[in-house]
Amino acid sequence: MFSLKRKTTGEALFDIANNLVMLCICFITLYPIWYVLINAFNDGNDAMLGGIYWWPRMFTLKNFDAVFASPGIMTAMGITVAKTVLGVLVHVFFTAMVAYALSRKGLIGGKLYILLGTITLFFNGGLIPTFLLNRDLHLLDNFLVYIIPVMFSFFDLIIFMTFFREIPEGLEEAARIDGANDWSIFLRVVLPVSMPVIATIALFHGVYQWNDYFSGIIYINNPDLQPIQTYLFRVVAQSSSNQMMVAVQGSSVTKTVTSQSIKLATMVVTTLPIVFVYPFLQRYFVKGMMIGSIKG
Amino acid sequence: MKKQLIPAVIETGSGRKSSLWKRLLAQRHLQTMALLGVVWMIIFNYIPMYGLIISFKDYNIVKSIAEAPWVGLDHFREFLDDEDLRNVIKNTLGISLIKLLIGFPLPIIFALFLNEVRSLRYKKTIQTISYLPHFLSWVVLGGILATWLADVGIINNILLALNVIDKPITYLAEPSYFWTIIITSDIWKELGWSAIIYLAAISGVSPEMYEAATIDGAGRFQKMWFVTLPSIRSTISILFILAVSGVLNSNFDQILVLRNSLNDSASNVIDYYIYYTGIVSNRFSYSAAVTLIKAVIALILLLIANQVSKKINDTSLF
Repeated sequence: MFSLKRKTTGEALFDIANNLVMLCICFITLYPIWYVLINAFNDGNDAMLGGIYWWPRMFTLKNFDAVFASPGIMTAMGITVAKTVLGVLVHVFFTAMVAYALSRKGLIGGKLYILLGTITLFFNGGLIPTFLLNRDLHLLDNFLVYIIPVMFSFFDLIIFMTFFREIPEGLEEAARIDGANDWSIFLRVVLPVSMPVIATIALFHGVYQWNDYFSGIIYINNPDLQPIQTYLFRVVAQSSSNQMMVAVQGSSVTKTVTSQSIKLATMVVTTLPIVFVYPFLQRYFVKGMMIGSIKG
Repeated sequence: MKKQLIPAVIETGSGRKSSLWKRLLAQRHLQTMALLGVVWMIIFNYIPMYGLIISFKDYNIVKSIAEAPWVGLDHFREFLDDEDLRNVIKNTLGISLIKLLIGFPLPIIFALFLNEVRSLRYKKTIQTISYLPHFLSWVVLGGILATWLADVGIINNILLALNVIDKPITYLAEPSYFWTIIITSDIWKELGWSAIIYLAAISGVSPEMYEAATIDGAGRFQKMWFVTLPSIRSTISILFILAVSGVLNSNFDQILVLRNSLNDSASNVIDYYIYYTGIVSNRFSYSAAVTLIKAVIALILLLIANQVSKKINDTSLF
């Protein structure tokens, strides 16, 4: 909008400096990730010598072979995929359903329902009572603990409601004249036109589900039900490589892989899916952030 | 549905009762949907809130919450007598206040300067890159940091090469480095993501304001300071209120990943303390009491921040 004017020297200097700073920020953001990536693709023993900064020195896929050869990791990956896909479907459907009902004018009790929900934004029972509840509901060591306690969020409901209220009324009335009831209007009219907001909430919840490791720590003892992030946590944070070394010994590539290089490869495998998905959803989440933020 | 509402308002007396029933019947599908949500909230939000009463009881696994004997404020007294208390409070407030002081303004500054980037394509690319770390889990980030900060890690290599240090430092084992690591890595992860909201607010500022400022002879910095910043003031206020009320939340995911027994004196924050006493040591009642103390303080902070913002900026949450 200023480009019609000729730039002054000061303006030009500002632009150069600003662009340089931005370039630095991009570098600082990307380089640590890049560093992990190239080390994951480098021979483990060679990597221990250090000095790998820009490109793998001894390129190898052995680290990834070792990762995929470990049954524990694949099970954990399967659990994570399952909890993310199922979790997102259930969360989006359930939250959108309640939001649709609450967004209708004249819903008897609507104000009370919204008050009940608003309170939950500010107060919660915290870790221990929630843990005791899930235990009493027999959700310990149960896959459903990843889905049911997070299938609804009042914050996401507000985002849905804001969107649903802007859907033209004529659309619903037309369906109603055709004899549709509220369920079929919700399923066949409202949901299909709400793809932007669905994508936003799906992304938010998908990221949560994919990255969540804490429920795996407190609710799950059975290693077959543990998600990949919990698996990684046990290796990375507790810096005990035992689990990894078991994985290595179980495979045929022991010689050139170190626990460190497998750790890096596991980190890459864990992260790649989300990095691939997010650019496609990017145009949605900016909008979603805006709707969500206005309500606080 | 809406047409049925109008006569319902006009009718009075006994007729009203039957019409309420009629309306309920007409919206039975909607009521089912809404009540499913309400039932979920009662179970998963309100029952845990009720469960907090165990902080006034001596709860153990054998009995139910109702059966457990009352002990009054014993657990609260115990917390005040705990020798860890000072450390826990110091770490929680210290980390959060520095995060607030540095981590809160940085995304605003980043958004202001990113907004000044002229090439739209370049701007989009920077944005895309800046959000990326938000999508990494703290577990993966903990792994990245452990790699960087290890004694044979890149940080030590560089510092050794530059002769800044003469022997490698094990950063994650030193309490004195913990806060810096926590705060820096948090900013690294969330800078771009937090800036989205400000960029959105900035994009809503009317171009005419900038044109007027240009005619008045304002430079780039002056436009940022006198036009952009005041225009996004209410967004900043709201986010600041929320940040203040969250001061006692110490980003538990991050702490849990980066803490270890060696840096405990700098990393034991209230959320970790609640987790440790409750889940690890099974002191459910005591842990719940600490949760309650935390919630009360957070509420007070929220109210204070809200009042201050109302006075200064005329912006408030409620």
